[in-house]
Amino acid sequence: MNSDLAIRARGLTKQFGDLRAVDRLDLDVPRSTIYGFLGPNGSGKSTTIRMLCGLLTPTEGSATVLGTEISGSATLLKPKIGYMTQKFSLFGDMTVLENLQFIAEIYSYPKQQRASRIDELLDKYDLVQQRRQFAATMSGGQKQRLALACAVLHKPELLLLDEPTSAVDPQSRRDFWANLFRLAEAGTTILVSTHYMDEAERCHRLAILDHGVKVADGSPQELQDSTGMHVIEVLADNPYHAQAALNAIPAVVSVTQLGIRLRVLIPENIGEPLELVNASLEAASVPADSRVTAASLEDVFVAVTLQPERLAA
Amino acid sequence: MKSLSRLMAVMRKEVRQMRRDRLTFAMIFGIPLLQLLLFGYAINTDVRNLSTAIADEANTHLSREFVARLNATQVTNIEHRVNDAEELEAMLESGEISIGIAIPHDFDRRVVDKTRAAVHLLVDGSDPTISGIADKLRLMPLAFDTGATASQQDLIEVRNYYNPERRTPINVIPGLMGVILTMTMLIFTAVAIVRERERGNLELLINTPVTSFELMVGKVVPYIAIGLVQLAVILVVGDLLFQVPVRGSIVDLYAAAGLFIAANLALGLFVSTIVKTQFQAMQLTFFLILPSILLSGFVFPFDGMPIVAQWLGEALPITHFIRLTRGIMLREASLGDLPGALLYLGTFAVIATTAAALRFSKRLD
Repeated sequence: MNSDLAIRARGLTKQFGDLRAVDRLDLDVPRSTIYGFLGPNGSGKSTTIRMLCGLLTPTEGSATVLGTEISGSATLLKPKIGYMTQKFSLFGDMTVLENLQFIAEIYSYPKQQRASRIDELLDKYDLVQQRRQFAATMSGGQKQRLALACAVLHKPELLLLDEPTSAVDPQSRRDFWANLFRLAEAGTTILVSTHYMDEAERCHRLAILDHGVKVADGSPQELQDSTGMHVIEVLADNPYHAQAALNAIPAVVSVTQLGIRLRVLIPENIGEPLELVNASLEAASVPADSRVTAASLEDVFVAVTLQPERLAA
Repeated sequence: MKSLSRLMAVMRKEVRQMRRDRLTFAMIFGIPLLQLLLFGYAINTDVRNLSTAIADEANTHLSREFVARLNATQVTNIEHRVNDAEELEAMLESGEISIGIAIPHDFDRRVVDKTRAAVHLLVDGSDPTISGIADKLRLMPLAFDTGATASQQDLIEVRNYYNPERRTPINVIPGLMGVILTMTMLIFTAVAIVRERERGNLELLINTPVTSFELMVGKVVPYIAIGLVQLAVILVVGDLLFQVPVRGSIVDLYAAAGLFIAANLALGLFVSTIVKTQFQAMQLTFFLILPSILLSGFVFPFDGMPIVAQWLGEALPITHFIRLTRGIMLREASLGDLPGALLYLGTFAVIATTAAALRFSKRLD
């Protein structure tokens, strides 16, 4: 019914024994967008992705992927989905070319176009030099490009990427994202999990997961605009002492140090937050400059993941 | 059509990976060759030249003739002559000899006296084969050309069919064929799926359109070919080194082997779907290989085993295969003579493959 949604999940839940890895997750992923899953390790990102591609059966709830209910016909979906695993999962004892050929055969890619499609991918993902190299002997960045090339070979409508950049250097990460944007522009829907803020910021929309629960979702801008927090940046010569003083304020939810700068989160319902901060810094006789600033995505992440425990205390 | 091309893709991949794995590739030929040489020469149930000591206290014409006759059997090899039975006991205990023969000083009289034993045989009973030999020696007829004849004619005359020269390799190699094929086939496939699970390949594979059935069959078929190659190695080496005959039809033999290989591969795949690591796979395979050697009739005669052990033996594919190989190779039987064994192997292969494909769901939980 929602043909503009590539993924629609309602109450998706996965229980492993006593552990509730994913807890009643609702998810709407529009087509042709890059949708990010942001969350610490163990927050349920991989489990959700595995449920969406049919690797794991949900304990409760339902999800429709590309118009097909996942609990029923995973086989129908396979040709439409590309999946890149967290761990490199291609065959290390086969060459780049052999891996691509194998994937092409498995997906029954039309024989006449196989060779040209593989050449195209080798070129696009900068693997021409490595095409006769064994996959196991390649660098992290090269392996990742090969994995992406294999995941998109059959031109899937939906691409599921599970922490694709966790094993590569910053330059490779930038190139990788450039590739993702190109794919999204061509109409591919991409669901990508990450624990890097800068990557999350590049997504069209994102959901923040914490302990299996979705704690926030929206575009990065929306999330930054609706943290429900004042963000105050404190510049101090002795950030350690400043941090101690700031932590003593009951209203402060979190203090994060970035070099000599501290980012302080105070709930929106507290009036005059800047004065509060300055007063306590003066009382502790810590020289510092403070100013109100806009929330970054990191602030959002801190706010939504730490809030319950901190506020309850 | 798509299914067939996916199947071919999986097979090509298996063969390619196998070729690159040098050690595995070497094992395809190395295992049958080495085992054949090892067991072909080492396993010898035809016991000869047991080290023997004699205490001949009588030292008469009759006793000397008895010793000479004993020597002529070649079962014993008289290495020592001592004075009395006590010395024999000491030597037996130290392991110096396997058999001690004590001839009392009144040997001549005892030979005619039916109530008393003429000779004492001291035997190392810690080895079951040797004590078996002693039982046979006991029945050795004593026909002396002196007047004092004490022999009774043997009631049963043994005639050895199929292996008149009593050469052990002829008995061993058809069975060894089953053991070698069980070992390699079971290990190769038991590890096949787990290895991909451990390397992470499986998570990728099950997200592709390839079905469980295609994956299973694609992995098994290349190994059937390998099994048949191994069979050829065994037959050629068996013929060249040990003159083991194939009296029946070679086509029958290959057909039986094909079924047997399929049954083992299917069992290996099933193991592969149960275990989580390659280490567990190896342990479980070993657990299956030991009874295959001991309960299949390869080492011990099947009919001599306790009934429960026979049931277990009947469940093993190798038991039926050994019946087939001994039948075809030595007794010139045809497949039609052994329909039960054939039927069992076929059924086993089908059930085990189905069980493996069912157990291997394309999910991780």
